[in-house]
Amino acid sequence: MDGFFGVPPQALFGQLLIGLINGSFYALLSLGLAVIFGLLNIINFTHGAQYMMGAFCAWFLLHKLGIGYWWSLLIAPLAVGLFGALIERLMLKRLYQLDHLYGLLLTFGLALIIQGLFRNEFGSSGPPYPIPRALEGGNNLGFMFLPNYRAWVIVASLVVCLGTWFVIEKTKLGSYLRAATENPQLVQAFGINVPRMITLTYGFGVGLAALAGVMAAPIYQVSPQMGADLIIVVFAVVVIGGMGSIMGSIVTGFALGLIEGLTKVFYPEASNTVIFVIMAIVLMVKPAGLFGSQK
Amino acid sequence: MKLKRKISSVAVALALSAGAAQAQISDGVIKIGVMNDQSGTYADLAGPGSVVAARMAVEDFGAAKKGMKVEILVADHQNKPDVGSSIARQWYDVDKVDLIMDVPTSSVVLAVNQITKEKNKALIVSTGATADLTGKACTPNSIHWTYDTWALANGTGSAIMKTGGDTWFFLTADYAFGHSLEQQTEAVVLKNGGKVLGKVRHPFPSADFSSFLLQAQSSKAKIIGLANAIKQGAEFGIVKGGQQFAGLLVFLTDVHALGLDKAQGLLLTEAFYWDRTPETRAWSQRFAKLHKGAMPTMAQAGVYSATLHYLKAIEAARTDDGPKVIEQMKKMPSDDQVFGKGRVRQDGRHVHDMYLFEVKKPSESKGPWDYYKVRATIPAEQAFRPEKEGGCPLVK
Amino acid sequence: MKHQRIAFAVMVALFALAPLAMYPVFLMKVMCFALFACAFNLLIGYGGLLSFGHAMFLGVAGYGAAYSAKVWGFAPEFAILFGTAAATALGLLAGLIAIRRQGIYFAMITLALAQMVFFFCVQADFTGGEDGIQAVPRGMLLGVLDLSNVWAMYATVLAIFAGGFLLIYRVIHSPFGQVLKAIRENEPRAISLGYDINRYKLLAFVLSAALAGLAGATKALVFQLASLTDVHWTMSGEVVLMTLVGGLGTVFGPVAGALVIISMENYLAQLGAWVTVVQGVIFVICVLTFRRGVIGELGNWLKKPL
Repeated sequence: MDGFFGVPPQALFGQLLIGLINGSFYALLSLGLAVIFGLLNIINFTHGAQYMMGAFCAWFLLHKLGIGYWWSLLIAPLAVGLFGALIERLMLKRLYQLDHLYGLLLTFGLALIIQGLFRNEFGSSGPPYPIPRALEGGNNLGFMFLPNYRAWVIVASLVVCLGTWFVIEKTKLGSYLRAATENPQLVQAFGINVPRMITLTYGFGVGLAALAGVMAAPIYQVSPQMGADLIIVVFAVVVIGGMGSIMGSIVTGFALGLIEGLTKVFYPEASNTVIFVIMAIVLMVKPAGLFGSQK
Repeated sequence: MKLKRKISSVAVALALSAGAAQAQISDGVIKIGVMNDQSGTYADLAGPGSVVAARMAVEDFGAAKKGMKVEILVADHQNKPDVGSSIARQWYDVDKVDLIMDVPTSSVVLAVNQITKEKNKALIVSTGATADLTGKACTPNSIHWTYDTWALANGTGSAIMKTGGDTWFFLTADYAFGHSLEQQTEAVVLKNGGKVLGKVRHPFPSADFSSFLLQAQSSKAKIIGLANAIKQGAEFGIVKGGQQFAGLLVFLTDVHALGLDKAQGLLLTEAFYWDRTPETRAWSQRFAKLHKGAMPTMAQAGVYSATLHYLKAIEAARTDDGPKVIEQMKKMPSDDQVFGKGRVRQDGRHVHDMYLFEVKKPSESKGPWDYYKVRATIPAEQAFRPEKEGGCPLVK
Repeated sequence: MKHQRIAFAVMVALFALAPLAMYPVFLMKVMCFALFACAFNLLIGYGGLLSFGHAMFLGVAGYGAAYSAKVWGFAPEFAILFGTAAATALGLLAGLIAIRRQGIYFAMITLALAQMVFFFCVQADFTGGEDGIQAVPRGMLLGVLDLSNVWAMYATVLAIFAGGFLLIYRVIHSPFGQVLKAIRENEPRAISLGYDINRYKLLAFVLSAALAGLAGATKALVFQLASLTDVHWTMSGEVVLMTLVGGLGTVFGPVAGALVIISMENYLAQLGAWVTVVQGVIFVICVLTFRRGVIGELGNWLKKPL
């Protein structure tokens, strides 16, 4: 049968599903970035390195402490998030009164340091990490064989993304956060510890990156370079979605995963570029991003 | 730009011993520069191990006893042609290096080859794969030692065709090296009456191959030809579904990193396996003691073999002038523990037997590094592209 | 400014005499990157626009020069001109897209555009993919000077570097440069004074792109190679680092920065991945405590702008 443009529908649905899985990672990562930028106006270039740290943390927990995947999902984000909070306290804090670009440059430098250190220690191909036993195997859906683990990735990231969105947009805590970025002094006057909130928010965003790293460890190759090229793509996702918009990043992340998946079928060589082309177009037509608002 | 790092100078002239080679050695020292990827993707299959192999060759040659000073320099080209060519230039101009050895990554091979020719020095490639080095890019200053894309394509391609794997799907990386490997294997498949049901070129680098593996799966081709062994291959039930993976360029260290449970059954072609004969076993165990217990790959073994032959050629020709030594290496047959007997053709191609291996099942392996069983031997004269077909101007 | 003229003379003299003691190819590399950093500095230091994609100009010009010299047989002066022209055209295109936005969005657009250029270069046939364009002939300059002679090449590179530097200097100290500074300091006020700020910014952007292109085209001839490294985003990061270390917005800063960073890469090369770590540490230190950069601090100490 001929299907769409010569591609049988089964193959197409299979690819869309894969695209959705990749989109889950884009969404998780861009969510972290959007939280950090939207609420703190910091461009966190270190995000890719923190994602990588999450994956390595999971490996370390497994190999040195015998702690498995499920606990790693909890411990790694906490550990890396703590590290992130430290960075914020010690370094980022000093740059708030300066041009935002200095924050970008600082986090860029930090990313270089972290990646270089890991590369020194582990070489450039990293250690293997197995798929957790409970999620091994898969189901034959008719149009493709869907590994259980990949299905879990989609479900888990949807839950985390929507949960985060809910907390930020619909709860009291979230409203304090949003108010604090608009007018920190006023919020502080109400007795809320703004600097601590900022530190915790940064830590949370970083934790999200680490969570994505743990989830990536069984299927993508754990290596010191794993975040480096990914971060550029995730930036594009966040910019397209609208840099401060939480929902924008989530939707754009999944959508771009789908688009990339389709490109891989029809024109695989371009699958790396398509996101940037879209970004350039969106920025020309709607400069604040699809869901963003001019600040 | 990376600089040299002197690892070892072998013996200063205890050349009080008479009859020391009164050869015309430039600056009195033979300088060999091992240039490869010391910390990146290819660090395990070549990297510091190649340096170990080179040092073993210098020792086994007995340079000290013969009163010849040999110095080994090391540099990391990071798999980039600009870094590689900078190092080559500096090595030849400033450090007076006589021979550049190893060089993985075909793009760097071509750049260094160019500079070697300009400066009229010598280059021996062990890890690099491009068959162009003995084809249109051949020069009187270079030799290609261990393997090339043609030999791999021919070995894996025709051997698999003979076992009935006649429909193929290619999954290769979208850059010049990936293209050429794919083209050469495809040519072999078609020549033997097989069919190519599809190909996909994934952008390089890529982290996730699942989408492409899915396409390979739905093509229903019997054989999926992969440029590099892939971790995700096991996830989608491809082998259970009856298809088989063929590795077009796979090294022992790749199998080690994947693990036998993921790599079992993979068919691949290599020039050397540590456990193949008692000689290779003995040599490899010596190597492993010096290299953290890791067994040598064909690339590292090639460095040993080539360095040994190079030094012997210098001794015979009584000079370390680039093209003259290369010429001598082509005149003398080579013989060592590692590759056995071999010779270097006019086009710079070193010919020796190649082997088709299959990766063992976990149950068949007695321990780490016990990974291959020999499926077929491809005799030297058939393993490499016929001299006339390469387009090398040196071949009359 | 007299002291700046003196500094310029000293700089040129140093570069002219250095090859007697140091490896000329290394120095030519420093000069090319110094010009690249100066071009970048024009945009950020004086225009206030942080471009995170400047590598695209360096690389495209390199490919242009390499291709025209090797395949079309252009003489070196035309190959360099062609490469520079290619970068200028790209600069115009990129500028038209990017200028409408400011600050972080501007940086992101330049990054995205540079990525597109990178992937284009990976795919396109004429760039040779990851092989790059190799064996680029240096040719005969103006039909008389054989550039394969290292001294001839060195003199040419020095002339180009000095010329490019002088051009930037003139631009900075011209009325145009003053308006740029005004726009950087206080954009709304500049608008209210009646300046068409987008045109000024675009012009600065294109100028910066052209000079970065000049650096890239020259570099391609020096190394006789154009490769993907020159269009990769890490190259964009490097030029930011060089300018930051040297001193954003100073005249001589980028030159000092280029010298520092390239020397460091050279001498620390044997430490492998530590180079990345050291670069990162330098970035962090510069941003946190050393924002004026080497030349900036020097100028502050001397109480004269450098």
